[in-house]
Amino acid sequence: MNKKSKLAAAPYLLWMIVFIIVPLLLIAVFAFTTTATCDADGNVLSEEELAEYLAECEENEVEPVLTEKNIFTFQNILDVSKYSTVLVNSAWLALIATAICLVIAYPLAYMISRMFYSRQKLALMLVMLPMWMNFLLRTYAWMTLLERNGLINKFFGLFGIGPFNMINTQGAVVLGMIYNYLPFMILPLYSVMTKIDDRTIEAAQDLGANGWQVISRVVMPLSMPGVASGITMVFVPSVSTFIISRMLGGGTNMLIGDLIDLQFLGNAYNPNLGAAISLVLMVFIFLCMSITNQLDNEDMEGVLL
Amino acid sequence: MRKITSKIYIAVVFIFLYAPIFVLIANSFNESKSRTVWTGFTFDWYSKLFHNEVILKSLLNTLIVAAVASIISTILGTAAAIGIYNMKKITRALVINITYIPIMNSEMVTGVSLMLLFVALNIDLGFMTLIFAHITFCVPYVILNVLPKLRQMNRSLYDAALDLGCNPLQAFRHVVIPEIMPGIVSGFLMSLTYSIDDFVISYFTHGSTSQTLPITIYSMTRRKVSPEVNALSAIIFIVVLAILLIMNLTDIKRSSAKKRAKGVRAE
Repeated sequence: MNKKSKLAAAPYLLWMIVFIIVPLLLIAVFAFTTTATCDADGNVLSEEELAEYLAECEENEVEPVLTEKNIFTFQNILDVSKYSTVLVNSAWLALIATAICLVIAYPLAYMISRMFYSRQKLALMLVMLPMWMNFLLRTYAWMTLLERNGLINKFFGLFGIGPFNMINTQGAVVLGMIYNYLPFMILPLYSVMTKIDDRTIEAAQDLGANGWQVISRVVMPLSMPGVASGITMVFVPSVSTFIISRMLGGGTNMLIGDLIDLQFLGNAYNPNLGAAISLVLMVFIFLCMSITNQLDNEDMEGVLL
Repeated sequence: MRKITSKIYIAVVFIFLYAPIFVLIANSFNESKSRTVWTGFTFDWYSKLFHNEVILKSLLNTLIVAAVASIISTILGTAAAIGIYNMKKITRALVINITYIPIMNSEMVTGVSLMLLFVALNIDLGFMTLIFAHITFCVPYVILNVLPKLRQMNRSLYDAALDLGCNPLQAFRHVVIPEIMPGIVSGFLMSLTYSIDDFVISYFTHGSTSQTLPITIYSMTRRKVSPEVNALSAIIFIVVLAILLIMNLTDIKRSSAKKRAKGVRAE
């Protein structure tokens, strides 16, 4: 195709600048600015100066003349650290959920990848089917199961134990994350494992490897790229969710997502702080991604060597 | 012995994945509003669902937004992929990396950033902003589906068409488009499903008159007991199951047809 075909991308490039780049810059702008109160000449007033000025106006019975100006500040970013417990809690819960997903999904993906081809297709379809239902409905399903007089407690009741307090706990939030994002872990794992040739495994067995050695020395190294992408695909949505914590955590277990939501659409309206938290979250996510990518690349080289 | 353990393991995981959904579906036929006591079989919740104006309106909104957003995304994304394919290496890498941002980034940050944009531009949140937002997260999927098809295409095909007397537009229409069609179709389907399913980005960019189905579901689940949600889940589950089955069956048919064709050639 000729050079002119480049022009076909022009509308998209414009779109990309307006709807991807500018919004991200706006987040940065909001995160580093704050609205300051100024006097009539536009000089920023400190809190004492403002109080002094207002008192003076009241004394002389004149209307105070004040203007507002956006000024550069690091305060919002510093304020984020006030919520460090929420940030640490989110990262911790997401990490637990990711780890449990990996533990559940790894054997399952391996078993599916060793089935007959037609069975594999069926199993994959069954893994993907819940994913296609809206995640709000899936989370709602757990609400009804975990309630104090929900089905699980009814079941325990048959044996005379419980009722347990399950909903509105951190465990419920982690369970919600696992349930919603487990397929995101299974699918990438399966797609690398299905590429592992049966003969590679047979060769390892012929050379005297026992079952555990086959897994740890052959299957695991070959499946590392899938592990890396599975971890990212579970961790990123888990760490930034606000629905799961709201529906299953009962609002007492606040996560980063809830915090951001509160600043923009909730009671604590403060878009500057919200943007600062979003910026921190975004940087954190991209850092995590580059770490998992690193893992993935190194292991690939190891395999190639 | 090992086979049995692995079978049990697979069964347990699938029970974990499906039990909650089946409980929802079972409850959609439960006469009682309580979700744990079975009082009798009924279709009431379904008829209530179909008479619920809010749900029907938001379903319509969802379909309109999804259709408009995915058609525009498909056109914009296909053109973009062709342009990107013909770019110099460095610009291409830069544009592709930026295109990845909405996919890799947390949905929440994307939603918030778009909301800030619309507020900064003084655009009222509503249908327009919702469609803009949906196009923004759909286009990358179209581009990433079409680009590989362009790479697989033999570059000489286009030149051959020109040599045989096509003008560039004809060559594009009759040679390039058919070659990349599978990518365009899967990009379109992905856009459609992501758009219908999206909650987080819509949550930050919708207006009071442009509620989509996921947003309505969200407000229904806030009210704790709403058996219509169960009925809705059951319907969505059946629809999704049907789509997946049809897709799988055609896929199996196609692959067996391919095998047969290969067999014929081998003979």
